[in-house]
Amino acid sequence: MSKAQIVSGTWPQDRKRRRVGFLDIVEMALFAVRGNWMRSVLTALGVIIGIAAVIIMVSVGQGTQAELDRTIANLGSNRIEVWGGSGRMGGVRGGAGSISSLTDGDIAAIRNEISEVQYIAGQIRGGTQVVNADQNWNTQWIGMQADYFPTNGWEVIQGSVFSDRDYSGGAKVVIIGTTIRDKLFAGSDPTGQSIRVGRVPFTVVGVLKSKGQSGWGGDQDDVLLVPLETARRRLAGPMALPPGAVQSVSIGVARAKDLPVAERQVNELLRQRHKIAPGAEDDFTVRNLTEMVSARNQTTRLMSLLLGAVASISLIVGGIGIMNIMLVSVTERIREIGLRMAVGAGPREIKLQFLAEALLISLAGGAIGIALGIGGTLLAARFGALPIDLNAEVIMLATGFAVATGLFFGYYPASKASRLDPIEALRHQG
Amino acid sequence: MVIELQGVGKIYSPGTPAEVTALHDLSMTIKQGEFVAIMGPSGSGKSTLMNLIGCLDVPTKGRCLIDGVDIAALDATGRARLRLEKLGFVFQGFHLLTRMTAVENVMLPLVYAGVPRGERRAMAESALRDVGLGERGKHRPSELSGGQQQRVAIARALINRPPILLADEPTGALDSKTGHDILALFKRLQMAGQTIILITHDPEVAKNADRVIYIHDGALVEDAHP
Repeated sequence: MSKAQIVSGTWPQDRKRRRVGFLDIVEMALFAVRGNWMRSVLTALGVIIGIAAVIIMVSVGQGTQAELDRTIANLGSNRIEVWGGSGRMGGVRGGAGSISSLTDGDIAAIRNEISEVQYIAGQIRGGTQVVNADQNWNTQWIGMQADYFPTNGWEVIQGSVFSDRDYSGGAKVVIIGTTIRDKLFAGSDPTGQSIRVGRVPFTVVGVLKSKGQSGWGGDQDDVLLVPLETARRRLAGPMALPPGAVQSVSIGVARAKDLPVAERQVNELLRQRHKIAPGAEDDFTVRNLTEMVSARNQTTRLMSLLLGAVASISLIVGGIGIMNIMLVSVTERIREIGLRMAVGAGPREIKLQFLAEALLISLAGGAIGIALGIGGTLLAARFGALPIDLNAEVIMLATGFAVATGLFFGYYPASKASRLDPIEALRHQG
Repeated sequence: MVIELQGVGKIYSPGTPAEVTALHDLSMTIKQGEFVAIMGPSGSGKSTLMNLIGCLDVPTKGRCLIDGVDIAALDATGRARLRLEKLGFVFQGFHLLTRMTAVENVMLPLVYAGVPRGERRAMAESALRDVGLGERGKHRPSELSGGQQQRVAIARALINRPPILLADEPTGALDSKTGHDILALFKRLQMAGQTIILITHDPEVAKNADRVIYIHDGALVEDAHP
């Protein structure tokens, strides 16, 4: 009778022994995940959010970093800024430039005595309202000298720079940034037009080429330039600067490697000219812009680290969700585990089965998270105007995180399942 | 010889106040092709004996040899391998996975035996035909009667062609007519050379066996060949 077929025939132990195949494990995991579809999706949600956060954070962080590096390159590594001393009124200290300890004489001395200096320009600055017909705008003005253009990397795209006579004669001429052009002239050519700066009518002679956002987040194009002499006579009135004083001096050095030398010489020369006793405090501040930007750079790095920490925490939370659900799943399926052990599954096979389940959830979550992360990053770039750097490394990093989360948080439940006593497991009620 | 117990004892929680001696100094031999019933009231130690023969547990003293292998010398992986190759289990409560069809349930042990994926379904369908369920392969356990579910479990127990079929109260959850059918199936399997060990408390069920071993208070009381 047909029963004989069961007993006869080849016995599996005669076959070449094989481990449970990869496909078998995948099939078991898919089967379990499909059986608890909604629960699996909710469990994966933690990983989805974590991975999306990692991608967005890293992309934006790297983008900001790259933007800063570009800013540093733009600024040039060959620029020094000298600010007037921080004044002391009683016990209260003002900021740099609050006392105008720098003068035209200092500028001339630096230009003549320090050979490394290529450009030098004194400045005073202030805020004012500018008016053209019925349009007005609040902005900052800078009274500057001719070398201000090369030291600060400004170019004029419409009209021209100031003439020597404009500088020496205190002419009422102004060069405006693109933001002011857009606000006051709405696209029409402003050169030759008259605007009111404060209460004084000025003639627009040029428009600056746009620099966009600064590394500090400010709008660099929201500025207007006037000759230093003009600013002293027409705009600086209420500030009551002493005659011949400037608030700050920009110095350009021909070669970047001369910067430390020039910096030291400027320092010595000014101490000497200002008759500061050895050991006494400077009444001016010399700033190397590269240092400022690299300080800013470090802040950004710290921010990236912080954002990374936030992303990691959300991943950990997602991982704990996986661990929790896997523990529930193991408890729910104790009888299944017992049966599988009875029919020949060893600890290794049981462990693999549950590890694969955790890994499947975290990988599926990772895939969705990557898609959302890419979408979120592109949105941040489009609507948040954030610089981004989305590359394959970020995606690989995220995939690695997803796998690591699944393995790490899936290991304990899987190992717990594999150590179950088959007798207890088979007898389990429920 | 298929199974040999030599002075086997089993003590649970030894050295604690909860210490229980489930088996004392038990010796017996079960040969290839025998149909043996192990009988005893509940608490007699027959479940413990079944767990030892089924390689689900190890004795605290004595030796338990399955097909010549001392199970105490094996780790959890080795015992799993031994169950895979030498033992098929049939339980009172069937222990079928409810989300799988009958064929998928029968295929389960083949995964661990390393049978190539392509051969599994045909093997399982053939095993189902052998227990008289050829048409029921695509049904879930919930769509099958108790007797049919137990036949699926028997097909699963035999799919890897183990030398020993171990059945723990296989008719306990079935009505007497269906129970008779299952026992008749066991008889036929024995004819074909299958070793069958049946654990039961029911003398009517035990009558079907060639040999009945009575256990009481963890000791062998009688080894009868009726």
